[in-house]
Amino acid sequence: MWPIFDYGRFVSIISSSDVYGVVWMRSLAQLHKMANLRVLVGVKRVIDYAVKIRVKPDNSGVVTDGVKHSMNPFCEIAMEEAVRLKEKKLAKEIIAVSCGPAQAQETIRTALAMGADRGIHVEVTGKSIDGDNNQTGQMTAALLDWPQATFASEVTKENDHLKVVREIDGGLETVKVTLPAVITADLRLNEPRYATLPNIMKAKKKKIAKHKAADFGVDLTPTLEVVGVEDPPVRQAGQKVESTEELVAKLKDSGVV
Amino acid sequence: MITCNVTFDLYKSNMAARLLSKTFLLPVRGRFAVSALSYPARCKSSGQPLTQEVSEELSDEAIFSHEHVELRRSLNKIIENDINPHVDEWENAKIFPAHQVFKKLGDAGFLGVNRPPEYGGLGLDYSYNVAVAEELGNIKCGAIPMAIGVQTDMATPALARFGSDLVKKEFLAPSISGDKVACLGVSEVGAGSDVSSIKTTAKKSGGDYIINGGKMWTTNGLQADWMCLLANTSDGPPHRNKSLICLPMDLPGIEKAKIDKIGMWSSDTAQIFLEDVRVPQSYLIGDEGMGFTYQMLQFQEERLWGAAASIVPLDTVINETAEYTKQRKIFGQPLLNNQAVHFKLAELQTEVECLRSLIYRATGMYIQGKDVTKLASMAKLKGGRLAREVTDCCLQYWGGMGYTSDVMVSRAHRDFRLLSIGGGADEVMMSIIAKYMGTLPKLKPQ
Repeated sequence: MWPIFDYGRFVSIISSSDVYGVVWMRSLAQLHKMANLRVLVGVKRVIDYAVKIRVKPDNSGVVTDGVKHSMNPFCEIAMEEAVRLKEKKLAKEIIAVSCGPAQAQETIRTALAMGADRGIHVEVTGKSIDGDNNQTGQMTAALLDWPQATFASEVTKENDHLKVVREIDGGLETVKVTLPAVITADLRLNEPRYATLPNIMKAKKKKIAKHKAADFGVDLTPTLEVVGVEDPPVRQAGQKVESTEELVAKLKDSGVV
Repeated sequence: MITCNVTFDLYKSNMAARLLSKTFLLPVRGRFAVSALSYPARCKSSGQPLTQEVSEELSDEAIFSHEHVELRRSLNKIIENDINPHVDEWENAKIFPAHQVFKKLGDAGFLGVNRPPEYGGLGLDYSYNVAVAEELGNIKCGAIPMAIGVQTDMATPALARFGSDLVKKEFLAPSISGDKVACLGVSEVGAGSDVSSIKTTAKKSGGDYIINGGKMWTTNGLQADWMCLLANTSDGPPHRNKSLICLPMDLPGIEKAKIDKIGMWSSDTAQIFLEDVRVPQSYLIGDEGMGFTYQMLQFQEERLWGAAASIVPLDTVINETAEYTKQRKIFGQPLLNNQAVHFKLAELQTEVECLRSLIYRATGMYIQGKDVTKLASMAKLKGGRLAREVTDCCLQYWGGMGYTSDVMVSRAHRDFRLLSIGGGADEVMMSIIAKYMGTLPKLKPQ
């Protein structure tokens, strides 16, 4: 469903939600040094993570009007990782991309201020927020038929592949992925820097290319319809029991055991 | 086509939970419970209002561009992440860690916005200073913006304009990078509005000045590494015998005493005693005898800055008052439904916009090189008066809650009372304006 950019072969680093923090690296043959790589990072404007979300009275969605929005923090982390790759001379150029309404350009500008070299805005009308669905990275890998390493908390380059430490339920897992591959960014991957004023002023000269989804021959007709949105049920008060026997009895009575 | 019912398990959202466990949780405040309203956006963990989003519409203003908007966004983040979570704690401790906060701001480039790039500044025009000043208004108290303002727009303008390379390297560059904290030493116990009657002296001795006297109301006084000091360096007419000197604050002979105030609690305001303090003559800024003139030039930026820093807090007070009175019921209806309340708030908001326009207009002229002493004085005067009116009036609408220490309006009421006094009292502003109007009586020669 997302437009695929034809920049050759890539590695993508994506955030672990359905907002895409995509880092694409063009991988030439193993002989070429990583310094030739260009990095594509996806950034998205979402409701600020610290905001207390409200469901709309008609249950059609969540309230977005007048609510504070900012760049998805995981996109910031992906952006930071891209900048660090460039500082380590592993990447040559960083491109920030955002699919969304006109306001997406503000998010791209912030990415430029953080260190991206240029931006691409694909105009997609209609509202969307981060549903925290954890799909974009995995879908991208499937569409491109590339290996993936999700929930990355550490990414290191070793010769012609990447070593990625992943955060999983049981702890940490280290995997090796050949290039090109898809990586999704997790919270502890890095601490994003603030856009400094000198970089903000430099961003003035950077370009943002504008496109429509139709330019890429992509059909935006949704294949998913949201029927309703509700608050989670209010947490019920618990019951206190005096002894283990009473606890077991109550569990048996309620059919849980 | 797949259809599904989506239950937003937002409160247990994986992403949000992990982010919140990483961020500093804001302290839970008071018994004040506000019902669900979309403005201002409330923080999940503490229920406290978040700072407002920096809107792209700001670039519609004549003096602002996309870069100003990005600047404000970045500064907004620093305030939201590194400053606001600690404000209550610092207000209670009656001091804030100036070196730590200034270093963070300095690293991001916010302390030398219009200062020369050779010394670490960005060489931008004054409209960027105003953007910074206005955005700092999102800090949840008046003290910290004031402290930052001293560092950026009150202690350093003359140094940047007239100082030698030596003093600029020693004092300006580290102030811009946030490595040194600055303070301004002009007012004295016996001389505030009447700058020309200060008594501190700097007498030549060998290659040094020996300084005797003292300063009063010194913001950042306890933590400052250096002071921009105004002293009498010769006998002669009071407007021509003063000089500005850079004074390191760790020299022998300097004593500091903290002043206890009714507001601006996080700011360390000090009385400074100077007894036979020896400082090299090379620390003089510009020319001897020009200190008074330099200081008067410095005042334009100081006053414009003070007014600019007050606008957002006033917006916030009005908006939070509207929100409070919307949920506060009295005789079966929201308090806000009374015309007296929502009409008054509309009027106050109008006045704030007028002040904003005055500041932007003065800024627009200043960056074209015009002298804006009259408009800057007007902006400062209006700022001081309006801050008193808005905070006092809104506090009344909060009723008993407004009188408690738990709410922002009472802190704003205490903090912004200073605006009519410090940085040039209202009366001084009115004298300046009267002079420009040609209505100020000429003083008899003494």
